[in-house]
Amino acid sequence: MASLITCPHCGVRPKEEFTIRGDASVTRPSPEADGEVWHAYVHLRDNPRGLHKEYWHHTSGCRRWLVVTRDTVSHDVIDVSDAGALA
Amino acid sequence: MSAYRLSNGGLIDRSKPIDFKFDGKPLQGFAGDTLASALLANDKLLVGRSFKYHRPRGLLTAGAAEPNALVTLGQDGRTETNTRATMVELHHGLEARSQNRWPSLDHDIGAINGMLSPFLGAGFYYKTFMWPAAFWEKLYEPIIRKAAGLGRASYVPDPDTYEKSWAHCDLLIIGAGPTGLAAALTAARSKARVILVDEGSMLGGSLLCETTEINDQPAAEFAAQAIVELSAAENVQILKRTTVVGAYDDNVFGALERVQKHVSVIDDNKPVERFWRISAKQAILATGAEERPLVFGGNDRPGMMMAGAMRTYLNRFAVAPGKQVAIFSNGPSGWQTARDLEANGVDVVAIVTPETASNKSYQGKARIIANAVIAGTSGEKRLKGLTIRHIGSGSEETLACDALGMSGGWSPIVHLACHRGDKPKWSDAHAAFLPPAPRDGLIAAGGAAGTYSLAACLQDGGTLAAEALDNLGHSVSRAEFSTQQDEKAEMPAPFWYVKAPKGKAFVDFQNDVHLKDLGLAVREGYDHVELAKRYTTNGMATDQGKLSNVNAIGILAEATGTSPDVVGTTTFRPFYTPVSFGALTGSHIGAHFHPTRVSPLFKWAEKHGARFVETGLWHRSSWFPKEGESDWRESVDREAKTVRSHAGICDVSTLGKIEIFGSDAAEFINRVYCNGFLKLPVGKARYGLMLREDGFIYDDGTTSRLGENHFFMTTTTAFAAGVLTHLECCSQVLWPDLDVRLVSVSDQWAQMAIAGPNARKILAEIVDEDISDAAFPFLAAREVGLSGGQIKGRLFRISFSGELAFELAVPAGYGEAVADAILSLGEDHGITPYGTEALNVLRIEKGHVTHAEINGTVTPGDLGFGRMVSAKKPDFIGRVMLQREGLQATDRLRLVGIRPLDPAESFVSGSHILDVDAAPTGANDLGHVTSSCFSPHLGHTIGLAMVKHGPELIGEEIVIWNGLKQQSIRGVLCEPVFVDPKGEKLHA
Amino acid sequence: MDLMRYSALSVFLNALRGNKSWGPAWRAPEPKPHYDVVIVGGGGHGLATAYYLAKEFGITNVAVLEKGWLGSGNIGRNTTIIRSNYLLDGNEPFYEFSLKLWEGLEQDFNFNAMVSQRGVLNLFHSDAQRDAYTRRGNAMLLQGADAQLLDRDEVRAMVPFLGFDSARFPIQGGLLQRRGGTVRHDAVAWGYARGADRRGVDIIQNCEVTGIRRKNGRVVGVETSKGFIGCGKLALTAAGNSTTVARMADIALPIDSHVLQAFVSEGLKPFIDNVVTFGAGHFYISQSDKGGLVFGGDIDGYNSYAQRGNLAAVEHVMEAGTAMIPGLSRIRVLRSWGGIMDMSMDGSPIIDRTHIDNLYLNAGWCYGGFKATPASGWCTAHLVANDAPHPTAAAFRLDRFKRGYLIDENGGGAQPNLH
Repeated sequence: MASLITCPHCGVRPKEEFTIRGDASVTRPSPEADGEVWHAYVHLRDNPRGLHKEYWHHTSGCRRWLVVTRDTVSHDVIDVSDAGALA
Repeated sequence: MSAYRLSNGGLIDRSKPIDFKFDGKPLQGFAGDTLASALLANDKLLVGRSFKYHRPRGLLTAGAAEPNALVTLGQDGRTETNTRATMVELHHGLEARSQNRWPSLDHDIGAINGMLSPFLGAGFYYKTFMWPAAFWEKLYEPIIRKAAGLGRASYVPDPDTYEKSWAHCDLLIIGAGPTGLAAALTAARSKARVILVDEGSMLGGSLLCETTEINDQPAAEFAAQAIVELSAAENVQILKRTTVVGAYDDNVFGALERVQKHVSVIDDNKPVERFWRISAKQAILATGAEERPLVFGGNDRPGMMMAGAMRTYLNRFAVAPGKQVAIFSNGPSGWQTARDLEANGVDVVAIVTPETASNKSYQGKARIIANAVIAGTSGEKRLKGLTIRHIGSGSEETLACDALGMSGGWSPIVHLACHRGDKPKWSDAHAAFLPPAPRDGLIAAGGAAGTYSLAACLQDGGTLAAEALDNLGHSVSRAEFSTQQDEKAEMPAPFWYVKAPKGKAFVDFQNDVHLKDLGLAVREGYDHVELAKRYTTNGMATDQGKLSNVNAIGILAEATGTSPDVVGTTTFRPFYTPVSFGALTGSHIGAHFHPTRVSPLFKWAEKHGARFVETGLWHRSSWFPKEGESDWRESVDREAKTVRSHAGICDVSTLGKIEIFGSDAAEFINRVYCNGFLKLPVGKARYGLMLREDGFIYDDGTTSRLGENHFFMTTTTAFAAGVLTHLECCSQVLWPDLDVRLVSVSDQWAQMAIAGPNARKILAEIVDEDISDAAFPFLAAREVGLSGGQIKGRLFRISFSGELAFELAVPAGYGEAVADAILSLGEDHGITPYGTEALNVLRIEKGHVTHAEINGTVTPGDLGFGRMVSAKKPDFIGRVMLQREGLQATDRLRLVGIRPLDPAESFVSGSHILDVDAAPTGANDLGHVTSSCFSPHLGHTIGLAMVKHGPELIGEEIVIWNGLKQQSIRGVLCEPVFVDPKGEKLHA
Repeated sequence: MDLMRYSALSVFLNALRGNKSWGPAWRAPEPKPHYDVVIVGGGGHGLATAYYLAKEFGITNVAVLEKGWLGSGNIGRNTTIIRSNYLLDGNEPFYEFSLKLWEGLEQDFNFNAMVSQRGVLNLFHSDAQRDAYTRRGNAMLLQGADAQLLDRDEVRAMVPFLGFDSARFPIQGGLLQRRGGTVRHDAVAWGYARGADRRGVDIIQNCEVTGIRRKNGRVVGVETSKGFIGCGKLALTAAGNSTTVARMADIALPIDSHVLQAFVSEGLKPFIDNVVTFGAGHFYISQSDKGGLVFGGDIDGYNSYAQRGNLAAVEHVMEAGTAMIPGLSRIRVLRSWGGIMDMSMDGSPIIDRTHIDNLYLNAGWCYGGFKATPASGWCTAHLVANDAPHPTAAAFRLDRFKRGYLIDENGGGAQPNLH
């Protein structure tokens, strides 16, 4: 894992300021969607070897939720964006 | 007598003698010595015992890779085991003890293992000690455990301190040998921030140990002058006695600085070690190369060492390793050692080399025995002689000597370049593994990159520094140096081992892995380099194979008919050299392991005699003993009874508090709770149940509507941070379209519960507004003035105790004054302060749940909250997944009350519930007690329990089973409300 | 006599012959075109599955395919702890079955894996933790395991060198399982491999599976770096890489891959006799027979396939360690390493059939993989052989997430890095 994350709001900060939640490629289904879709949203993960989009929270910083694009093998961070800005 | 101190030369200060002890014996060295050089100067050749066979061992190196000379330093809490004598700066009063020997280093019973060695080959323990089965744990293993290990550590807490620090730089230079110094001198010309790190007490690396010249100065003088120049440069920070031990992502390096490991008296105001995290934009790895031992019979006798180490002892420490020294060398290193020995008047008896031709530039007197190897050696605790075998004829001859310098070539120290998973690459031309391709600005230079000549190292260091700085936009010209041309440093083909050795040919010295062990591993199918390592333990000692790994790879390659390239290396992992727990812990020790949180009412509670309890990071007031109360239960019973009969005040400031604003705040809250909040009127509070998206309860609390677009949410103490993070996720990620703003105000408000039949009377005296039941009914929540508008507070008519109760929040700074005022106003009304213990009793009596019940695996239905879950709301977190069959199953554990059949009996939380007469088995397990207490109101133990079909079994007799204490009592399941089931007190 | 079977006599006779007669512990066969059962993953679970298939279920035409070297996954990079101190009835009988198998394992597979029942002690530091451990200890007893609840004085008598004084979170007591302990981890892989090989199983190293070939809704074989290998049944035992392998059969799993670091200190004379775990931080420690302290903590917390961790996580572990045992301060940490964990969505494993008839899944082991090895192998073999779950593993169903029958020991919910 990257030792440092560049927060779009706060700049380069140590990873320990952030909290990961997990896969950002899943989207919360509509309330009408059936159980299968919800099951996939809550439980099933691509877990790729390589590029992975994931939610990180700048807990000890600006408290914004970020989408970090990261390589799960090399640990390189490719991109960090504000999750709200992407939505 | 063989090793001795030279009368002149070296970088030691003969005017400063230093007294020290080794195994209790007083000895003397000089300032500038290491423990190792001082021992050698005192002719202490035997300094340690090996791990398995307890072989007598001497110094093998003069540096970080030392596998043999491990000693224990210090006493009690300062006991430091497995310390490499080569890395200890000699200081007054130093006392070193040898290890892994009994009764003494000279006479070690464990050496008998050497005679049993046919039975103790690689992996012997996997094949034996199995018969009879019970004997492994009772007999064999205890013996093995006693025999294993090296030093003996102390349990006494460490009296010294440690610290951790961050450093940031543009260019990090690791190693201050010729390459690192050249890089630093170049970088010093720029404005870039530079950190130069070296593990030694003196900077200069090999320059301190060699007889070469730079800029027409002796190398050591050049190094000293370079340090003066670098110290004056404002942009250069020098960290000496500092080892970079790990390389992590983004060029962040871990480094250990030994701040006070070389002093006689510890300064308490300074740490003994400091652990650095260095964040570097670019880094140059100038760590040099490690000399490889040669693998031949009896290659481990005291008196034998690496040829380069011999030069270090000779040139830097002015110690001659012996009087009749032999050399066994593949490549140029041994020849240079011979020259340096002879220059110091030491007799070199022979230079043995498997190469076919002699080194042309050697002009000395030693007999040169080319195309030959050493087949075996003699001498027990010190080397006495060699058996030399001529390769062509196979004939052998013996030769007396008291020291041997050996060199099997060089291995670049590539560890840090490989910590991130990259593998080094074998080069036939260099006869070595070279560092992987540069990554993220970390590049190896000089010896670490397989460059061995001094001129080339100086050039490499300067060039790569200039390039690194150029990448950062700092243009700078390379520092230039003049030096004599070395002879061409061409490496001969590697010579991995002497065939048919006489005696054990050691590969891993500390772990006693020898040639035959590797052969056995290959024969048995453990031929992959990682399997061979694990099976033989080669490379797993405290030196992590710095000397042994490459030789083992070469031997495996020959045994399997491949090449080192195919065999490959094992994985390089942190740490390069071992790091103490203390340094990695820093100041997070004892009471400072984690931060402590105290509420704004902490001092107030302390003043009133509270006992405190850790709740997560919080110290919460737990009970308030009165004079004459001898037992916590006595205090808690009184507090709980007083609340029910009169009134009490309790600190509830630790609850999480979140302000929620925005035109969509109501809609937002409606979506994060499973019950409805849209229609909550202004001025009202409501209990809310928050689910996770998987349908299980996450947290609960009350949320009050203070304005149309302004809400105030409370959470449990434990989940305060988690709930805020969750809400921020909902607002920013799930529903960024909703107009909502959130802010934590947990620390801004002091909050106190005032509960009991007299609560209103007491509060009415301080609250400005009318708080009669009509004006301020149950669940009212409003801003109020206190003491004539002097302070604004928030008042909530909510109750955890089931009594007529209020929670009053005031700005944190006023908490103590307001709580004191209430206590004093309540005196006539019989008020008592009460703590979390009484709070717990009161809530169990009312059947209110906490995280003892809400443990992440319960649904609203499990707790009897099924009807709270909105059937109307189109969407809320957890709505869909809550409908899963498993979460709706009728045989789930559900909340009930529980009491003993005989009130004289009691039970504890964590007891399980069984049917009467059912055997205690998993199949008969009906559930468990989640909360329990003595109810002073009822006069017996009560509890809450999660029980299969619980609510349907109310009134049934069951068994409360606590097998851990061999307790089993009869109980009755009941409604989970023990006091005031109709809520009359609450609504009074 | 069979000089390859390890016995006192064979060890003696071999030693007299300079240990030159020991042959390979396992063969290095080329793959056959077809096997009755192919197992993907030559780690502990795969090798144990093969061993029990051959020994207990009589199915010997089996291949274990390993992309690296034998035992190169988590069987070779864990903290060697065995225990059956689980809370939930979906887990506890299975782990107790596993502990019982550990107890007879060495005699069974004729290899000394140094199973050492040194006792596993979980410390608690608060009333809430004590209550949780009381519930757990009782659950263990009900399932036939052993458990003892120790108070502070009893803990002090057993491990007097813990940080009892001036601790941030004072130790109140502990839950002790005396039958828990440690095992020499690599030897488990080797013992199973050797035992399986001797019963006819082909263990094929350096053989990476790159595809799962299906026909009419059934698996017919696997594409590998050594060519196509046909099979009657296919079992996936590739924890760490389960999602990658399952994706070859278009199966999505409730699993993320995370890195868990572990550590060893320099070798010491006997320092700590038992396995002790901290309750005020995630930390567990024991001492190997060789003298190194073996210890670990939490997963680093992010998805990773790199077998290496982060410095902050390292420091976190050391802080917890020094808090639990202040005497560790001057002891040096020698080496850290990382393993890739299948972190499932409820923290518990999966041993189940899949929607493809002859494809079987063994995955999601989280922190529990090593201690589960024997039972996991046995139960997977049982499933493959009988097409029905072993009774102790019946709860480890893949559809439990969809249906809501979670086995969530710590109540962390559907977030793998919280388990």
